Amino acid sequence: MDQFTGTVWVLGDDIDTDIIIPTEYLALKTVEDMKPYGFYPLRPELPGLIQPGDMIVAGKNFGCGSSREQAPEIIKALGVSCVIAKSFARIFFRNSINNGLLLIENSQIQEAVKEGDRLTVHTNQYLEHEGRKYPIEALPDNLLDILNAGGLVKAMRKLNGLD
Amino acid sequence: MTEPMTMAEKIIAAAAGVNEVRPGDIHTVEVDQLMSNDGTTHLTIDMYQKQLKNPRIADVSKLVWIVDHNVPCDSPKTAASHKKMRDFAKEHGITFYEGQGVCHQIMMENHVRPGELIFGADSHTCAYGALGAFGTGVGCTDYLYAMVTGKSWVLVPETLKFNLTGKLREGVYARDLILTIIGQIGANGANYKAMEFGGEGLKTLNMSDRICICNLCVEAGAKTALMEADEVALAYLKEHGREPKHVFHSDEGAQYARVYDIDLGSIEPIVAKPHFVDNVVPAKECLGVKIDEAFAGSCNNGRIEDLRVVADILKGRKVHPLVRFLIVPASNTVYQQALQEGLMDIFMEAGAIVMNANCSVCWGSCQGVIGEKEVLISTGTRNFKGRAGHPDSFVYLASAATVAASAVAGCITTADRL
Amino acid sequence: MAQTFIEKLIARNIGADSVRAGNIVTLNVDRVMIHDIFIPFVASKFEEMGFSKLWDPDKVVLIYDHLVPASQTDDTRHFQVGNAFVKKYGMKNIHRSDGICHQLMTEAGYVKPGDVVFGTDSHTTTYGSVGAFSTGIGYTEMASILGTGRLWVKVPQTIRVKITGKLAPNVTSKDIILTLIGDLGADGATYKALEFVGDTVEDMTVASRMTIANMAIEAGAKCALFRADEKTAEYCQIPLTEKETGLFGDEDADYCQKIEYRAEDFVPVLACPSQVDKIRPARELKDIAIDQVFIGSCTNGRLEDLMAAAEILKGKKVAPFVKLIVTPASRKIYQQAAANGTLQILAEAGAMITHPACGLCCGRAGGILTDGERIVATNNRNFLGRMGTNKVEIYLASPKTAAASAVAGKIVPA
Repeated sequence: MDQFTGTVWVLGDDIDTDIIIPTEYLALKTVEDMKPYGFYPLRPELPGLIQPGDMIVAGKNFGCGSSREQAPEIIKALGVSCVIAKSFARIFFRNSINNGLLLIENSQIQEAVKEGDRLTVHTNQYLEHEGRKYPIEALPDNLLDILNAGGLVKAMRKLNGLD
Repeated sequence: MTEPMTMAEKIIAAAAGVNEVRPGDIHTVEVDQLMSNDGTTHLTIDMYQKQLKNPRIADVSKLVWIVDHNVPCDSPKTAASHKKMRDFAKEHGITFYEGQGVCHQIMMENHVRPGELIFGADSHTCAYGALGAFGTGVGCTDYLYAMVTGKSWVLVPETLKFNLTGKLREGVYARDLILTIIGQIGANGANYKAMEFGGEGLKTLNMSDRICICNLCVEAGAKTALMEADEVALAYLKEHGREPKHVFHSDEGAQYARVYDIDLGSIEPIVAKPHFVDNVVPAKECLGVKIDEAFAGSCNNGRIEDLRVVADILKGRKVHPLVRFLIVPASNTVYQQALQEGLMDIFMEAGAIVMNANCSVCWGSCQGVIGEKEVLISTGTRNFKGRAGHPDSFVYLASAATVAASAVAGCITTADRL
Repeated sequence: MAQTFIEKLIARNIGADSVRAGNIVTLNVDRVMIHDIFIPFVASKFEEMGFSKLWDPDKVVLIYDHLVPASQTDDTRHFQVGNAFVKKYGMKNIHRSDGICHQLMTEAGYVKPGDVVFGTDSHTTTYGSVGAFSTGIGYTEMASILGTGRLWVKVPQTIRVKITGKLAPNVTSKDIILTLIGDLGADGATYKALEFVGDTVEDMTVASRMTIANMAIEAGAKCALFRADEKTAEYCQIPLTEKETGLFGDEDADYCQKIEYRAEDFVPVLACPSQVDKIRPARELKDIAIDQVFIGSCTNGRLEDLMAAAEILKGKKVAPFVKLIVTPASRKIYQQAAANGTLQILAEAGAMITHPACGLCCGRAGGILTDGERIVATNNRNFLGRMGTNKVEIYLASPKTAAASAVAGKIVPA
């Protein structure tokens, strides 16, 4: 996917994993069961509003907090195509890559976009919003390998001679 | 000269300010104490605030409110109902306990006096009969009326007399006795009635035994349970710094609906099988039933005497690795006593889970909840379907000794078989 | 060539002469920890990946702590899945009700200085307190380690934190780490290692170091590191040799940042709602009434924490209508606190003492609050909604500040 466009949801700094999925719902059986509680403490309406292909634009330290992998899984299950933030917490970053959720670091776009705006991502190159371009960095190779394999599970299945 | 009366009749007569009452009479009575816990108090407060015009509390000194069912709190919803109760108690100066133990145990330790008529917004309020008080469970509407007026009405119950003889054998407990009685008379065998316990056999039972017996009488449908406040009861009262209101005795020739003679020596360890308290069989008929969880605690069986029994069995042994054994003292006082006696160390060493004093597994909604198809053996008060967690789960009731032995074995067994 | 602590540790692990921050390397894993919340996910990913055996069953530790005791009917399914996994793959290291995972990993001897350890929990950084490289990962990566025994990491840059001098009696290592997080910001150490040195750190107990290492993640750090010394060796029950003491950061190594503190400058502080880096001195938070106090967690549920609280609560009562919940971090700590009279003092003050487990810290039960309520807690996170509704205010503090506040019924310094 060289480029794709989506509608933006705007969130602030330090969106922690407890906001993305509170511990109360963490022992539900499946990510599908948990999905309705995504962002519950902050914006409980979001799971009902996010459409497939939408994007999240947030501030610094997105995904800080616990190691719960349900956090990126729920965002992906809601249909979010990518999360753009000033910075990401490290466990969340790894978990996202391992589940095939694209994360993009950029610190300028937050000033420009409002919720509901349309934004285009040119993968590994730049973001485009109202005609302006915002450069982004390419991911390192070892991460691209996991992403390209379709996540870590698929990479491991390949290693074990399956698929 | 009045006709002979039972204890229940005498307490009601005194509370009604009349010389004589008869079963079937309805009397307006002055209530001595009003206990309420977090199971329903928030509903009482709602009615007080929304349905009454210029409400007031008749005598705030009669109210005792206790948060014990979901402690520590398990959800925002429960927290909101606790907060409502706490704020109301603070505003009105109501005697208030939170996290200090199961309501009935706190009442026995600190409030109940022989001869009193006490309403509790909880069915196991009949426990107070162990101190010769008429305790009975009421719903929140009755509670609210008594709270606002200081009075209520009662239908004078018939009394069933249980004449106890002999002595419980080694390894047999009051818990086995009362479950046996419930099995014998059935879950509705004492509906609307008072259950009175007396006879030489009663003297062999300590206060903990007596509370256990009276507490569970509601499971036979009883309105109240009563025992004469004898030396044992009065010593307990004194030890806890209180004096009786009045010590009532049933009169010679009082009328009983039925009299049961029970030889304590004939009682054996029993188990109440799922899903009814009167589904009672000898424990030996349930040997080998695999369990996932065991629970020793509750207002029925969470006193220091019960914990000592559990400790005796656990000492030098380990809880079965696949069994979760929750041990929960009935009050903070019991907890501290157990600490001082070194029981907590024994429980910890054995691999048990020891919780703060509260209703815990007996209430079944937030602590030690059991899952689908799981089996629990418990010293709690009830084994109704779904009582301890998943609707499709199983609860067996037994004595603290049988529960502890089963926790070690991983399946139902009795202490002498370990 | 001068190296940081983490560079030395990683080089040793992979058998290289040296590594540099920024290198991507594949580590040989010495131990992993999985807890109850994630075992069903680890188990299913492991099998989905096509593995049929664990790379080394002895190196895998499973701990039930978040769901003990179970508070929802589905919780026990996690135990059933865990028990089946243990049986199927021949694991021996399982703790079903012995306390919080991070406490048990060091206390029960699963982690030694120089080890590389991963856990399915962000506070896995705790084991840096004994000189191990340990960090949190998700369940998919855990599943891949279970099959391969290996994981890639980027060698982190290091922030060196030097603390010298003597702490005031009302200040604990919790105040140090909270202050540092406030200074760095909640993302100030993201992807980086935090290395702690100086005589204040050397004077600390292992327990106090655990508090600091535990919360390193709250500044975003990948790991925290303390050089092993006699105290570490005694705690880990190992002899102290060059193998342990040889791991430390060289003075002239390439640090991305150096921070120095004087111990005397620390004061009791709290993290205010709802960010861990919103730090204020306790003395500035006047007349803030509280509803509940929680003393426990992998951050501050150890014996010295309970004893510090007991010293303040001795002969006193918790303020009327305020609840105090105490949750020791492990079975062993509970027994020690029972034996030395600490639990007795706490119970007399009115505390509810629960079984060693995560309790309220993970927000599933154990003292949940509602709109408009305020808590002072000794754990590691005060995120929005962490302990109930999003209108609950959580203040994080040391056990001393928490105990003093419980008696006062409002926030006060110890």
